[in-house]
This record gives sequence, structure tokens and C-alpha cells, in this order.
Amino acid sequence: MTFLFYLFAALALFGGIGVVVCRNPVSAAFSMVLSFLGLASLFIQLDAYLVGTLQVLVYAGAIMVLFLFIIMLLDVQEEEKRRFPFISFAGAGAVVTAFLVLVVLVLNRGGTAGRTLPDIVPSEPGRSDVHRIGELLFGTYWFPVQIVGVLLLAATVGVVVLSKKELK
Amino acid sequence: MELTLNHFLFVSGALFAIGLAGVLVRRNLLIIFMCLELMLAAANLTLVAFSRFNLVEGQPAYDAHVLLFFIITVAAAEVAVGLAIIVALFRTKETTDVTKVNTMKY
Repeated sequence: MTFLFYLFAALALFGGIGVVVCRNPVSAAFSMVLSFLGLASLFIQLDAYLVGTLQVLVYAGAIMVLFLFIIMLLDVQEEEKRRFPFISFAGAGAVVTAFLVLVVLVLNRGGTAGRTLPDIVPSEPGRSDVHRIGELLFGTYWFPVQIVGVLLLAATVGVVVLSKKELK
Repeated sequence: MELTLNHFLFVSGALFAIGLAGVLVRRNLLIIFMCLELMLAAANLTLVAFSRFNLVEGQPAYDAHVLLFFIITVAAAEVAVGLAIIVALFRTKETTDVTKVNTMKY
């Protein structure tokens, strides 16, 4: 269990580093898929089976394929080496280091430290997490579901308008 | 060593930091967009970890999963619109380099 956590966490983190480091956009996109697969495995380790599956289907499947499609459609060139990278690299390094220090400080302050995985009470057959999430989605959260439907419609219309050759 | 909540929170924070570094360092608009998605996904991990470690009647707090469902949907819509904007930009500027897109008009 612990070994698998470290394996998949390393997969997610190295995939993320690959996105930042790879000069070629296609390799960056594939590192991103790797990172999302590791993240989905972490979700499944946290007993979030539906969410882990959705992560693979929507993120690693649909979204990354869309990215690869656009990269190949636009024929994006590799980023050339820049002449004075030090200023922006130092700035980014400072911001990221400050953020990581903050995360470590907050995590060590207690509250979340030392909390181990509590055992889930086994539910009766026929009531999986999909069942429960479905009940919540179409019960308590029926209105946000409607709003998200409108959002998707608006996004679709927006994409069609933006893709037109001449904006009027 | 047993797994604790901090393990997951630290992975999430580190992934977010990697995404942040990518947004700040890279100049290709597509890769900046990918790093934004990475940050969003890292925040999702925090949500799932807290839902699993705070049980409600012996079950994970499934409201977090519902929220995650909405986040994934919004991310998908965002990617579709964002990529359409990048394609429109590429049509007029013939580049996806953010340093070359620095004027408001023409």
C-alpha cells in the first residue's frame, strides 16, 4: 500500500516535471498523460473509484487528445533556447520555493499531521460509490447539474463562434 | 511507515508547485495551458484526500466527489474554449509564443 503510494506519487510528479522540462510540445503532452494516470491511481488508492475513472476518461482521454490534436494541427515548433533566462528562472524559482516552504510549514503545524487512513464501514451490496454520488448529483445537487449543463452549452456555442474564420 | 493525510497533501502541493513553475517559466501558450490543468488536477487530489480522511458515518464525504465532478466538467469546457482562443490567435499571429503577443491591437 505504502509502496504503491510512492510509486504513483513519483509517476505523477515526474510526469509533471516532464511537462515543464520537455521542449517538444508533443512529449510535454505525453508526460501530462503520465502524470494524470499517476494521479488517477492515487484517487483509486483513496477509494474514489468513480473519480479516478473520470480522471482517466476525461483528462487523460478527452482533454489530452484535444491538446495533441491542436499541437499537431498548429504544427507548433519547439521552443528555442532563450538568451537571458536567468531573471525569469530566478523569479519562478523564488515563487515556487516560497510556495513549497509554505506548504511544508502548514503541514508541520499539526492538525493534519499523523492522521492515518480510517477504515471504511463496508456498505451493503448495491450501494457503491457510483450509487451514492449519483443520488447526491440528482438529489441534493440537482440545480448545479442544470447549471453545468448550461455552461457546457455556452462553451460549445462559444467554441463554434471562435472557430469561425471571420468574427462578426 | 503508514500513509497519513500529509503524504497526499504534500504530493498535491508539490504537483501544484510544478504547475506554477511551468506557467512562470514556459513561453509556449499551449504548455502554459497544460500546466494550468496540472494545477487544477493537483487541487483535486487535496479534495479527495480530505474526503477520504474525514469519514461521515463510516463512508468518505461524497460531497467532495460531486464537487470534483463539477470541477472536471468545468475544466473540460475551459479547455475547449481556451484551445479555440489559441487557434484563433495562431490564425492572426502565426505563433503561440507569449513573448510575441504583447500588443493589444495588431
